[in-house]
Amino acid sequence: MQELLGVPAAVLFGQLLLGLINGSFYALLSLGLAVIFGMLNVINFAHGALYMTGAFVAWMLLNYLGIGYWPALVLVPIAVGALGVLMEKTMLSRLYKLDHLYGLLLTFGLALIIEGLFRNGYGVSGQPYPIPDILSGGYNLGFMFLPIYRGWVIIASLIICFGTWFLVERTRFGAYLRAAVENQQLVRAFGINVPLLMTMAFGFAVALAGVAGVLAAPIYQVSPLMGQQVIIVVFAIVVIGGLGSIMGSIITGLGVGIIEGLTKTFYPEGSAVVVFVLMAIVLVLRPHGLFGRPRT
Amino acid sequence: MGANKIRKALIALGILLLLLAPFIGIYPVFVMKLLCFALFACAFNLMLGYVGLLSFGHAAFFGMAAYVTGHSVKVWGLTPEVGIIAGALVAAVLGLVIGSLATRRQGIYFAMITLALAQMVYFFSIQAPFTHGEDGIQGIPRGFLLGLVDLSDTLNMYYFVVGVFLFGFLVIYRTINSPFGQVLKAIRENENRVISLGYRVTHYKIAAFVISAAFTGVAGGTKAIVFQAATLTDVHWQMSGEVVLMTLVGGVGTIFGPVIGAGLLVVLQNYLASVGSWVTVITGVIFVVCVLAFRRGIVGEIAERLKR
Repeated sequence: MQELLGVPAAVLFGQLLLGLINGSFYALLSLGLAVIFGMLNVINFAHGALYMTGAFVAWMLLNYLGIGYWPALVLVPIAVGALGVLMEKTMLSRLYKLDHLYGLLLTFGLALIIEGLFRNGYGVSGQPYPIPDILSGGYNLGFMFLPIYRGWVIIASLIICFGTWFLVERTRFGAYLRAAVENQQLVRAFGINVPLLMTMAFGFAVALAGVAGVLAAPIYQVSPLMGQQVIIVVFAIVVIGGLGSIMGSIITGLGVGIIEGLTKTFYPEGSAVVVFVLMAIVLVLRPHGLFGRPRT
Repeated sequence: MGANKIRKALIALGILLLLLAPFIGIYPVFVMKLLCFALFACAFNLMLGYVGLLSFGHAAFFGMAAYVTGHSVKVWGLTPEVGIIAGALVAAVLGLVIGSLATRRQGIYFAMITLALAQMVYFFSIQAPFTHGEDGIQGIPRGFLLGLVDLSDTLNMYYFVVGVFLFGFLVIYRTINSPFGQVLKAIRENENRVISLGYRVTHYKIAAFVISAAFTGVAGGTKAIVFQAATLTDVHWQMSGEVVLMTLVGGVGTIFGPVIGAGLLVVLQNYLASVGSWVTVITGVIFVVCVLAFRRGIVGEIAERLKR
């Protein structure tokens, strides 16, 4: 077998692929956090729980209603997004005038509620979700084996990420959003419904977490714990990237995933903490993050 | 100075109640648990209530101190008070490291950084040999206080814990009401103004963080001695969430709030033990209700009523 850097090539590429997959989910989730933070100035602690909800709703659709993967890919984001809109309208919107910490605490409470409910219903052992037929199997690329579904997840999440980037940076709607981030008062004076804009931004970002959940369901076990496992890593990514830009969160998310994968190949014991070590280094060298502006 | 007199009377009443509790039919182990968490919450509140920084990683200090105390008493045979001091010292050093990194950012970033670094401590606790991973350190002997007083006697243990709590509470109280504490409050109110007055704000924040971590360590070490165990739940981030909730329920930035909040939640958890994992949901609901409708907390709300 070929060897690269003292490791069998298949192992190295396998871990890189795994890192890229994890990175895709990190990117999708930190992107959602960036949109929410930019618009609402809130760090959504419930983001992981909503990602988990997405996976669970997909699982429930399949097992209770017989609705498969492709419809779920559309229905789940709508359902999770609606839940997000409800959360924003009834609770979060009351906190905008207060210290940002209250938004964090509120969403923390919501995360506990959502996770607790699923844990009561389904226990902590994971539920399997089958890979849709068209995407099962894989290709032998010569140097490694590529399962089709994993390739699809990477491509799908890249499309969603760049779609979001395009929406925010290149469209009129995105221009309103960015303007509202800069100066809400002024944008409101132009007759734009800013509260509605904020609700939509939150709903959209949360729907992104829902999509991530559906994409994740066939790869990881659908479990009430899947949200809290990933959210703290995503928080570290947010600190590393600095929530400066949409592109920044995409690049940081993917990059951290790849670094994690590489660590798993060369020093497995360190793979769980490498993200946090990276965060500490970035904090020392560039406290505002790789893509952040100083003093935000 | 009426409020001050009321406060002093309340403190005296509280101490009296604590000393008499075992004789008026209150289960001492329950009070000891309550006091450990109350001290934890008071130490945490020093950061959130008086510097305005939300640490989401205080479980790291609580749990690590519990491990160190447990290990040093069980394996090295140190006396319990030395074990607790060792736990507090390790927590203080950890606090210095985490505090130096976290104070580079403010607000929600501070919260996320403390959470992430605490998670690192959690992974360390899973893998390090002396913590025994999933099993934790079990069967920690209570030992002899100063080599003299037998702490396996519940009443002796009880008064030791009362002593530790009162010591911790009074030191935190003095810290808040010292010139140092005034600077902390000023940082909370207007950081830029304090900087312009020539104070080195970061040093003050780190110092407060270290004090807070050290007393969190005292609470964690004492808890390890009382329950004779140190486990992963002590370092888990849900523990960090719990202490935030205790402080929030009782009243952020009040002296008695964290004590009352800790008491209320320990009582609640005792009653809810039978409903199993619904505890998480109920805890979450309390969080949401507090943030939406009840931000001053119990003590804060009462103080506000009295002012009117």
